[in-house]
Amino acid sequence: MSSPILSSPIKSRGSLAKRIGPPLWLLAELTYRCPLQCPYCSNPLEFANIKDELTTEQWLHVLRQGRALGAAQLGFSGGEPLLRQDLEDLAAEARSLGYYSNLITSGMGLSRERVAALKTAGLDHIQLSFQDSDKELNDQIAGSHKAFDKKLEMAQVVKEYDYPMVINFVLHRHNIDHIESILNLCVAIGADYVELANVQYYGWGLHNRDNLMPSAEQLRHAEEVTQRFRKQYQNKMQLIFVVPDYYETRPKGCMNGWGSLFLTVAPDGLALPCHSARDLPISFPSVKSTPLKDIWYGSDGFNKYRGDDWMAEPCRSCPEKGDDFGGCRCQAYHLTGSAENADPVCDKSSHHHLIQAAVAQAQRSNDVRPLLFRNAKNSRQLAES
Amino acid sequence: MNHVQQIPCLHRHFRLQWEPVQDSFVLLYPEGMVKLNASAGEILSACDGKKSVAEISDSLEQKYPDGEGIADDVIDFFIAANDKGWTHFV
Repeated sequence: MSSPILSSPIKSRGSLAKRIGPPLWLLAELTYRCPLQCPYCSNPLEFANIKDELTTEQWLHVLRQGRALGAAQLGFSGGEPLLRQDLEDLAAEARSLGYYSNLITSGMGLSRERVAALKTAGLDHIQLSFQDSDKELNDQIAGSHKAFDKKLEMAQVVKEYDYPMVINFVLHRHNIDHIESILNLCVAIGADYVELANVQYYGWGLHNRDNLMPSAEQLRHAEEVTQRFRKQYQNKMQLIFVVPDYYETRPKGCMNGWGSLFLTVAPDGLALPCHSARDLPISFPSVKSTPLKDIWYGSDGFNKYRGDDWMAEPCRSCPEKGDDFGGCRCQAYHLTGSAENADPVCDKSSHHHLIQAAVAQAQRSNDVRPLLFRNAKNSRQLAES
Repeated sequence: MNHVQQIPCLHRHFRLQWEPVQDSFVLLYPEGMVKLNASAGEILSACDGKKSVAEISDSLEQKYPDGEGIADDVIDFFIAANDKGWTHFV
């Protein structure tokens, strides 16, 4: 036995090898329905027109196929996945198949009974999201006057059932200055992990971008406070701070590379390399008609941006292409009009000025249109216009 | 600190599991996964919350009579795993 080299974390530097690895992470977006209306939701703007959710049987079939392909991490997400009354059945099947299953929830629709049932079913972890540490702003962002109290109550129940306490706050210009009270709330409810995730500008977040992006000064302050809490609660609470990538000069290695680890199945069965990819002008296959194995290894959609043959300059000759894969295809498409372009976050991109302009805009606070809340009415109106 | 007589225990939020597709043991935790190399996987799968570090070394030495430096590897592993929060000493 040789000396143990401890680990090779999955999120390690990617290679651009052509060999296709297994889909280790499966994200099951069970529904686009949600009782909340957060204006930064990453669901597609036209979600209200996407119907025909997969049946329980179809989801079970997806879970079995995913596990056989090697998926070990499973996320139940949405929308609000608790709106699916079969969630407990899906969680039970996930456990018996050997997944580590994560429920990503707003807490709405959760109850003591459901937490108990999910625990019995074998769900491994519940990630609970808050909109703010202040009830008034939380409920205003969520579009529900019941949200904050419900979340607090459910946080206690989750803790009671000995789940790892993972709290998620989405940060933006309206709540980021509350960072200290946000972290104090996390301490008070006994969080083990806290995700402080700045809004990513996709879906409703992109639509509302100019009224969400924090200023550089706001970001700096939030990072300082987070660092202070990190030191103070080193072994008790893990803090993850996700900066808005618009403030970077190199793009994120989005999804660890296209079709490399992540497989998303949307509520209607569309299989996607990430949850935003349905906005791209690519025809993706559906799990209703195509086996998951053929989708992952054989479909045009999943093969489209694997490797680096598809890349244009400046990515093609860039020494960093193995680290960031040219960034995010969806961001390139939304901001430059072509998914083959470099992610404009990169300062080598000829479109980087678009990012700089959005950041400059964020330093001016007021002169912006009001937030458009994510709900079915607004979704239908956007789809029509 | 001498950890030889201490009993390591896997953190309750982590799950150790053999993954045939990856041909390795992995550690699973909230939204995360660590792939273990062969020796780390062997050591951690011998950790049951009852055996001490010394007893884990003994069991692995019996299983791999030709292995060298197993006891040191086992101690090093559990010190590192403790730092990472994967295991703690009870």
